Amino acid sequence: MATLAEEFSIVGKSLTKPDAFAKVSGQTKFADDLAPPRMLYGRILRSPHPHARILGIDTARARSLPGVLAVLTGDDLPVKFGILPVSQDEEALAREKVRYVGDPIAAVAATDEWIADDALDLIEVQFNALPSFMSIPDAIAGGEEPIHGRSNVHKAVALEFGDTEAAMRASAHSREDVVFFEGNTHLPMEQHAAVAQYGADGKLTLWTSSQTPHYVHRALGKVLELPMSRIRVIATPNGGGFGGKSDIFSHELVAAKLAIVTGRPVKITLTREEVFYAHRGRHPVLMKVKTGFSKDGRITAMQFQSFLDGGGYGSYGVATTYYTGALQTTTYAVPRYRFEGVRLFTNKPPCGPKRGHGTPQPRFALEIHLDKAAEELGLDPVEIRRRNLVKPDSRTVNWLRITSCGLEACINKVVEESRFLERRRAMPPGRGLGFAISSYLTGAGTAIYWNDMPHSEVQLRLDRNGGVALLCGAIDIGQGSDHILAAIVAEVLGVELEDIQLTTADTDLTPIDLGSYSSRVTFMAGNAAKAAAEKVRDRLFGAAAKALHCDADDLLARGRRIFRRSRPEDGLGFAQAVQLAEAESGVVSGTGSYTPPRLAGPYKGSGVGPSPAYSYSAAVVEVDCDARTGEVRVPEVWIAHDIGRAINPVLVEGQVEGSVYMALGEALMEEQTFRLGLHKFPSLLEYKSPTALEAPVMHTYLVETIDREGPFGAKEAGQGPLLPVIPAVANAVYNALGVRIDEVPITPDKVLKALNDKEKRVGPKSVPAFTFPRLIESDVPEEWRGK
Amino acid sequence: MADRVAVRLRVNGEDMAVMVPPYKTLLEVLREDLGLTGTKHGCELGECSTCGVLVDGKPFLSCLAIPLDLEGREIVTVEGMASGSRPHPLQVAFAELGAAQCGYCTPAMLLTAMALLDRNPNPSREAIKDALSGVLCRCTGYVKIFEAVELAASRGGHPG
Repeated sequence: MATLAEEFSIVGKSLTKPDAFAKVSGQTKFADDLAPPRMLYGRILRSPHPHARILGIDTARARSLPGVLAVLTGDDLPVKFGILPVSQDEEALAREKVRYVGDPIAAVAATDEWIADDALDLIEVQFNALPSFMSIPDAIAGGEEPIHGRSNVHKAVALEFGDTEAAMRASAHSREDVVFFEGNTHLPMEQHAAVAQYGADGKLTLWTSSQTPHYVHRALGKVLELPMSRIRVIATPNGGGFGGKSDIFSHELVAAKLAIVTGRPVKITLTREEVFYAHRGRHPVLMKVKTGFSKDGRITAMQFQSFLDGGGYGSYGVATTYYTGALQTTTYAVPRYRFEGVRLFTNKPPCGPKRGHGTPQPRFALEIHLDKAAEELGLDPVEIRRRNLVKPDSRTVNWLRITSCGLEACINKVVEESRFLERRRAMPPGRGLGFAISSYLTGAGTAIYWNDMPHSEVQLRLDRNGGVALLCGAIDIGQGSDHILAAIVAEVLGVELEDIQLTTADTDLTPIDLGSYSSRVTFMAGNAAKAAAEKVRDRLFGAAAKALHCDADDLLARGRRIFRRSRPEDGLGFAQAVQLAEAESGVVSGTGSYTPPRLAGPYKGSGVGPSPAYSYSAAVVEVDCDARTGEVRVPEVWIAHDIGRAINPVLVEGQVEGSVYMALGEALMEEQTFRLGLHKFPSLLEYKSPTALEAPVMHTYLVETIDREGPFGAKEAGQGPLLPVIPAVANAVYNALGVRIDEVPITPDKVLKALNDKEKRVGPKSVPAFTFPRLIESDVPEEWRGK
Repeated sequence: MADRVAVRLRVNGEDMAVMVPPYKTLLEVLREDLGLTGTKHGCELGECSTCGVLVDGKPFLSCLAIPLDLEGREIVTVEGMASGSRPHPLQVAFAELGAAQCGYCTPAMLLTAMALLDRNPNPSREAIKDALSGVLCRCTGYVKIFEAVELAASRGGHPG
């Protein structure tokens, strides 16, 4: 128990999270661990063609195989769906055409997995192969039959905040860079799995490894044409998410339909290869960035273009497109800003959100671009950034509201601790240091479907022994959201973590949380939990004040007691207070909700980018390059992250370290690329990801800025710290070898090529010709007018 | 219905007998026939070690093994790490230091670390990295895992 002198008992302490012992003992039940009695196994037949018309499907032989209980085709699930209301372009099983290798076509349920596999082989599909579009230029060039509709352009946007052309002309200096970020995938260790059960009462239950059970619930209602009250979605703990389980997946809808058709539970677990094709991961993005500077290195204007290779369906792509242009302004004060972005459909697995959603690519471009500009301007890489930092409590030119901002403290920390400025000019051969900074959302300010309701809700119910039942729709994907909820409620009520009984992510039982995406749970569910706990605490204080004959304002809840601040010995046990309150007016319960403030600016497209708070990060990466082999190793990383407040420092460090790791994978080796529509590396052996041997020494520094709207001041940690690391690696390679690798991954072949290149560079030279829509010229906020 | 064969396995110190199709892997038999779902699958191709168990004290990929080949061998899964309800020091250290984020690679990571500590009670950081290098983790960046193995080693590494 904390002493009275300490501000908090639980918040700020590196306590063991509530689900830790279940996880280390193997008792945590992931979706594939579930096996209800009489369960059948489902399997999905997928397209072998990247683009083809389906002429006919013959399922007769599969149906007659003993052990097969059901076969489905697209006609059994004809209603289209998609995660975004504007992109309802997917079918659970394709009906007329397939748009990528791996597109689902038919499904079976059988008594065992081997029979289900055999049945897939007996389904005969006649295709008429179509020319496919495998790259951004292919998709722009178009052809006789686009992937969807009349054009391969999924979404094109063009926004301008102030006259960038005029500002660019008036700039003392400007430069332009073209940069490419290859696609990569989440690679959660757990393959997606779903188990569906349809009861005799006509109720459907789906257990699924999903980050977004509420959205799955809505999609099931739509596609199955059932009232949502007859559907229960239970998200199982995710064995890693990283954004990869935040879409609506065919196997979830198909498992549900198979359970309805057969009247028996059905499980579909994707194979590892299927996970690679299900994807929804990092978009490949080609970018052009041009920035104008004053003589002393202050940014005068920026023009940013991005071309996204979207894959076969919309997914989150409209949001991703905007995200590639939204957050350039949350680190640097950009007085005039133009963003043009286009997402193209291609015949590859759909891309979607991966850790950092649409922002690691532009951050990579921007941070290497600034490094180059610094050199031309005679500034060091830190100084050019310092001269352009956003200020706390300000508004960006594209109307994003900045509140707490620990960017400067983050920069100071990593620059000092790594001795970046002193060491970078005198590194041993092959060694280099790189620096970059970044910013990320703490939760998207708008929901995926337009509504006025809260984004997160929590319900508490106290029992007579002082136990606290906590119900919330949030799902723990490994980030520690269970702990955050429990810690906040325990802190407010003055009980211990073990007194909190969590029920999460069950649409029958828990109030809504929109999901574990956009780094929103700590902030939004945390605020909802805090509000619920404060309501309950007020009721307990009311009952206790009567018993103690004191003013409720004099009471404090701590150490399972409610007592007087002025006379700490004068108090009640927590359970006793619950009993008094229950005797007074029945069930002791309370709810809390969180709705983010309305922050969108006055222009079309302003819904993507606003967040109630932004996290900030700065990183220094040291590389060790072998000029003979082109190999780049990372021995050491310094990273500082503005977390607002660390509700549990050990969990925050874990998120930061995990982000650094994932960033190094993206920077140096991971790529989701295709040959003739087939994934080049659809296995854990071929798709390179860092092992324990590649783990660098990591110096992690948490900067606390105590955000005024965050729960206890907390912001996010799950995604932001990934962002600066990738460009810092590229900048370090330049420092080490004098070569610029303007695309990731920075593989040995690219390093060798750059060493032999006249310009000492590898990367794209131009962007394809494309006519963007007419610029939407937005008004700029007051503080930027006339600047 | 596939033909089944009788398999006798010794798992976590207990003799178990099951009738299973002969082509089922040890991973499948552990999870589906013996109810030991603590052992996970990541690829079922021997690439990620998520399915790792111990056979005669050594790390072993259960997704590549046929149970009939393992009769008479000593198999340990994550369910066999604790002594009764007392967790193994590695389990305690992993929990305390946040070395299990999503928890999916954790069983294999723990068992691999246990085999290391049994062989080398005070491993260097390099030895830990080397021993764990076959087990992929996507959450932690491995740092907390190394620290947890070191903490468990410093506490003796064996259930007290």
